[in-house]
This record gives sequence, C-alpha cells and structure tokens, in this order.
Amino acid sequence: MTLNKSKELLLEMKNIHIDGFSDERWHKILKGVDLTLHRGEILGLIGESGAGKSTMGKAAMGYTQPGCKIIKGEINFNGIDLAKLTEFEKRKIWGTKISYVAQSAAASFNPAHRLMEQTISAANRLKINPTDVLKKDAVQLYESLQLPDAENIGNRYPHQVSGGQLQRIMTAMAMSPRPELIIFDEPTTALDVTTQVEVLSAMRSIVDKFNTAAIYITHDLAVVAQMADRIKVLRYGEEVEEAETRDMLSNPKEEYTKSLWSVRSLIKPEETNEDYMLSIKNIDAAYGSSKVLHNVSIDIPKGKTVAIVGESGSGKSTTARVITGLLPQLKGEIIFDGKKLSPKLDQRSKEELRRIQIIFQMPDTAMNPRQTVDEIIGRPIEFYQGIKGKEREAKVIELLKMIELDETFLDRLPSELSGGQKQRICIARALAANPDLIICDEVTSALDQIVQEGILKLLQKLQKELGVTYIFITHDIATVKAISDEIVVMYQGEVVEQGLKSKILNPPYPDYTELLLSSVPEMDPDWLTNLLNKRSS
Amino acid sequence: MLRLSLGLVTVFAFSVIIFSTFSFLPGDFATEILGQSATKSAVKALRAELGLDKPPVTRYFDWLGNVFQGDFGSSFSGRSKVQGDQGDRSREVVGLIVPRLKNTLFLTGVAAMLAIPLSLILGISAALYRNSYYDRSATGVSLVTVSSPEFFTAYIFILLLATLFPVFPTISNVDEASTLAERFYRTALPVFTLTLITMGHMMRMTRSAIINILSSEYIQMAKLSGASRYEVVVKHALPNAWAPISQVIAINLAYMLIGSVVVEYVFNYQGIGRLMVGSVYNRDLPVVQACALIFASTYVILNLIADLIGIISNPRLLYPK
Repeated sequence: MTLNKSKELLLEMKNIHIDGFSDERWHKILKGVDLTLHRGEILGLIGESGAGKSTMGKAAMGYTQPGCKIIKGEINFNGIDLAKLTEFEKRKIWGTKISYVAQSAAASFNPAHRLMEQTISAANRLKINPTDVLKKDAVQLYESLQLPDAENIGNRYPHQVSGGQLQRIMTAMAMSPRPELIIFDEPTTALDVTTQVEVLSAMRSIVDKFNTAAIYITHDLAVVAQMADRIKVLRYGEEVEEAETRDMLSNPKEEYTKSLWSVRSLIKPEETNEDYMLSIKNIDAAYGSSKVLHNVSIDIPKGKTVAIVGESGSGKSTTARVITGLLPQLKGEIIFDGKKLSPKLDQRSKEELRRIQIIFQMPDTAMNPRQTVDEIIGRPIEFYQGIKGKEREAKVIELLKMIELDETFLDRLPSELSGGQKQRICIARALAANPDLIICDEVTSALDQIVQEGILKLLQKLQKELGVTYIFITHDIATVKAISDEIVVMYQGEVVEQGLKSKILNPPYPDYTELLLSSVPEMDPDWLTNLLNKRSS
Repeated sequence: MLRLSLGLVTVFAFSVIIFSTFSFLPGDFATEILGQSATKSAVKALRAELGLDKPPVTRYFDWLGNVFQGDFGSSFSGRSKVQGDQGDRSREVVGLIVPRLKNTLFLTGVAAMLAIPLSLILGISAALYRNSYYDRSATGVSLVTVSSPEFFTAYIFILLLATLFPVFPTISNVDEASTLAERFYRTALPVFTLTLITMGHMMRMTRSAIINILSSEYIQMAKLSGASRYEVVVKHALPNAWAPISQVIAINLAYMLIGSVVVEYVFNYQGIGRLMVGSVYNRDLPVVQACALIFASTYVILNLIADLIGIISNPRLLYPK
C-alpha cells in the first residue's frame, strides 16, 4: 500500500455529538469524537454495530439520518464548516466534492433507471463536462474497476448485474465527479469472500490512482487492514484508540481492541466419530424448475460438529431445508440414526421432528414478537415432552441457566433483549426439544464479533455437556476454524470436499477450496497485495 | 393472457350474480307491469311471451348465447301489450344503452380529467412537503371528502352552488342537441361531486406511495449524491411509484363509474346509472344485465390497464435478467 504522506489537511471533525431519536426518546449516538484526514489518505473506522461508525461517516458529509441531529461539533472540510451550511449549500458538496458508497449496492441503486444514467448523475449536476464526455469517462472507470463488458454494462438496469458488479459500479459512480473525499460505508459486508477480494482490490487501486482521500467504515479488521493508512476504533460513540494500521495490528493498546482480535484465536481440537448421526445420500433438490442441489452426500458424525461452508447460492441452506423436511428432495435418501427419514415434513413422526432442531440466522425474525421468553421456550417443552405447569417452569429456568441467562428473563419479550440474548433464547428453544441434532444456519453472522465469540463458546459447552450433534452452516472461515470437527465445502449445489478440519484447511486443495480459503482476508496489511501478486503470476 | 382470461371469467361471474339476485327479488316484470289487479292468466300470457316461464338456468344460457352473437336482446318495457300488434315499441337494448353510455362516459371522463391530474399534483406536493401545514390540511380535507357519501357531497354542492349562490343548474338534463359548452355547464355539479369523492383517495395513496419509497436506501443515496428535494421526489421516487398509483387510479375510475349511479340519480342526468336504477325498478332484466356487463367489463379493463402500466414502469418486469 502506498502511504500518502501529504500533510495538507482535508477534513477536520472536532468534538462531534450526535443524538438519535428512537423508542420515543433521544439517545446519544456520538459523544464527542474527533477525526482528521489529510488529502489522499485513507482512514479506517472500525467498531461493532451501534458504535456510531456509520453515523460518524455520514457526519463527515454534514449529513445525518432522518431522526438524528448534530448537537454540537465542527466539520471543517476544506475550510468550510459543513455543520453550519444549509441543506441547499450542502447539496453542492454532496456527490461532487464528497461522495458516498453504501453497504448494499442492490438497495442503493434506483431500480427504475439505467446504471449509466445513475453513474454520471452527480457529475452531470456540475455542468462542467457534457454528457458524452462523462459517459466516456464512466466507461473508462468501469474498465479500471475490471467490470466485464465495460462498454455496454451501463445500459443495463441494476437488477441485471450481480452484487459485486453493482458495488464496483457504485464506486465508479462515486469517482465520476472526481471527489476529494469518498466515504465507503461497509461496502463489502454484503458480498461473498471471493467477490470481496475483487471489489476491494478494484476500490483500492482506483482510490490510489486518483489520490482520493477516503474514510473506510467496516466491522472487519482484516478488511480495513488492507485498505487503510490509519485505523480509528470506535465503541459506544466514543473513540477507543487510533493508530497507523501497522502499529495498530502489531500492537493494539486498549483491552477492547485486543478483544476484537480474540475471536479469531478461538480454536477447537478436532475429533471424529465413525458412528453417524445423519447421512444424506445422493440428494437432488429443486425450487420449482431450478435445480439447486446436485447429488449431495454428507455424513454427520454423532456428537460432533460439521461445518458446511460455501458462498451464497452454493446450496448450503437448501441442504438444511432438505434435512429438516421443509423442502422434500427429488432424489436420494436421508438416514437419521440408522433409520430412513421421510422426505415430507408431515409424514415424519413427532419424535423424529423433536430430534432435529434448527436455529436460524436472524433471531429477530425467528421469534414471535408477542410471546414472552417463558412462552417461547416453554412451548416446545410442552409440545414434545408433555411437561406442564410448575415442572415446565422449572425446566425453562434450567434451560435459561444453561444458556447463561436467569429467571429474570422469563417475562421479557424479544424486543427487550439484545441481539446476542435473542440468539441465546433461540438456542434454548432448540434445546427445549432435547434434540440429537441441531442445525445452526448462519447463527452468528448477524452478530458482533465479541457476541459471536460468546455464542460459539456456549455452543461448544453445550455439546460437551449434552453430546448434541451440530451442523453448522456458515460462510465465515473464522467461525469454521473455531467450532468444527469436520468441514464440507459446497459450490453451486455440489459438495466439493468433505473431511476433517485439518485435512480441508491444509494443502493440497481442490481449486475451489483454494480460492475460497485464499480469499479470506487476513490481519496482515500486505495480504491483499501479496494475494493479487500471487494470483496474477 | 392469464389476466385477460381471468378478467373474462370475472365479467361473467358478475353477470351470473346479477342474474341470480334477480330471481330472489319479489315479483318479475309481468307482475310489476300489470299491477296487483292483474288476472293470473294475463300474467301467465305475458310471462310466456317474454320467456319468463322457462327455468332461470335455461334463460341465462339463452341470454348468454345471444350476447356472444352480439345480441343483447330487447328491453321488456315499452313493448305492446297485445300480441302481434304492429305498434310494438319495445326497443333494442343496444339502442337504449348507447346514448346513455355516451352521457355517462362524458360525465366520468370530464371528472377523471379533473381528478387525476389534481390528485397527482396534490399527492406529490404533499409528499414533497411532508408534515407541513399544507400537507396536513390537504390530507385532512381529503379524509373528509373520502368519508362523505356521494349523495351527501352532491347535496352540499346543490346547496352551495345552486341554491345559495345559483351558479350552476341543479338538474343536469342534456340531450343530443346540447352544445359542448352547454354540456360542461350543465354537468358541472355532478362532475365536481365525482371529482371530490375520488380525489381524496387517489391523492392520499399517491402521497403514501411516494413517502413509502422516500424511506428506501436509494433515496438516501440520491440525496447524498446531491439531488435536490424536487429531483428526489420526481426523478427518483415517482418512477417507482407508478405501479401502486395506477392501481389506485384504476380503482377510483371504476368507483367513479359506479358512483355515477347515485350521482346521476341525484342530478337527474340521463346516463347509464340512472337507466340501470330505473330498469331494476321495473325488473327489466335484459337492460339491467347489459348495464351490469358494462360496469363489470370497465372494471376489468381498467385493472388490466393498471397492471400494464405497472409492468411498463418496472424495468425488472420489462427487462428480465
């Protein structure tokens, strides 16, 4: 990475306080954060959800979300205090002097307009260059971002290109008016790892090329390490620490910063078992006429954890749906504990249903918002085990203790719980059925790093105590390393590889596994550069 | 194609419902026209002549078969009471309906041309200045107009613009000799009534469709790329709001046509709605059936047009992957 050490100040934010209105009262989102940025420099803003990093990034433009307001602070951009400008004056800076790249490109493009029109809209507003010049420039930007068919891709509508391509087109859109500053707000969070690498390298090279300053917001340390010259860590709306990227990685000072690293150090010794809890054999499955699983066979050893990894669309969640009976397979069979399972959910016995439970990715939507914790956990106890009244309550409390909560939670509604607590309740609900097999479908991907660690530790503890078998569906390799005994790699509805963790994570790899593993960002700031050199050679 | 055939099914299901409702009404055309003192044999003779003695199912399919051949039959009323009389004044249903339909279409057409642009402009501007006094008063007033029944609105207009300040006539009688200007003048009050009862709904839905879209991420993105308020609403929100807006317009145009039944009655306007009410009163089945078919098919056609606009305005449907 080229460090741009020009000392010309571009942006200086002083003592920023921002309040947000939610649940009928005002909350403090930012409590006096400072930020400086020089021309051509990239600053990484990192923190968990709710840390205020995205609010800070938008505040750098003088923008706040509806329902938020800047209480005090200065935002000096090129000597102008953005906090004092009117809406009308700020509009002359937005999109042209400072541009913004959002997290979800798919939701951030207007579905009704062609991509080219949207790419040049901000530059068009400047009225410096005629439209055809801007279009030519946009095509060149598409080319340098390595978009396929750069000449014509702009004529398409947003729904006609992939997520990774959209994210690059949004970068082109941000670059089109040649801004002095670009705010990247979690631009790769929604992408698969293999796509993320391409987008990251495209963004980095184009920012380098035009020597644009940038603020890069993310919760992923490894990603920010590739992009930023300096890193600032935020927590609860306050600054934790700030340092040059290399210093920060090699020598984090604050406890909190160190804890952000720790998840990746969680490692489980692998074990296997010749006795299979579940075997699926030669499964084909389809949604309507589009076939998504091709001849999938997986064995799940008893009392162990098998991680199914793959990108979105690889068929890993579909496999879970087939196992649970939500999607009957077209071909093949499912053997559960030595007995064949019926493909259809309504033909399975209550006992079979009890023994397989699932925990979903989004705890927010997986629970009935009008039921209390007692009802949520109590229902499967009553339904599967026929336990009622006092005994049932005792059982619920026992489960709550197991997931490291207590009886004070009994009367709470899901809306009164944090994200991590909600996921714990979902785990308790699965355990309430006293199952033999639990399918965890991306259970940690909606959670923050530290909370993730807690959940993973809890799952491991429960496995030791109860001997349950897990199928762990994830796209996150760090999670896989932390929890699995065996790994199944899936790609486009097929199993690429299956085996012990040590075998899969060490060479020799099949091509796809190699690509997948090498795309997972590492904490080394030179990782991306080295990877790209290696791939191009 | 599927929608089209579904539409046809709807139209005929509607005609079946109308037909069967009729058989539940007390009395038929024969008893209504001959009065209570009629002898049984006279009633029987008339029924036989009109074909009312056949079972309802047979009658329905006879009628249906004729409709397919473009023959809507003759009206019951106006025919000679003596069989074989040369002075049979019974009229073809088509000849009876067409001029009235023209009148109704004129009335609703003018009202639509007033109501649609007005409600779009009001809805968009209310969304643009959301929560301003303008927005609040516009949505408030529209709630009142939506909730008042059309006859009430009609009488208020009569009270204000015909009685207290006699600007417009209360009775909107037009005939073929009336000039266009005269027609506009005479139909002013019913047009205002129809406009007012539909505008509120269309305006509110336009406003909420746009506001709904204003909370999406691409609108925030548009703002952050420096788009002005006007540009955000007209260029970024409106193109994505056409589908819901056109649906609401379709429903309201259909509602307008049906609302014209009441409004025409109040203003004594010679339109299809008034004809239908009169024919129901006389149990004049062929006329009622034809009117019902017209109402049903307008409804279906309007909805088809709205769906079509929804498809054209959405690139996802127009240009598949």
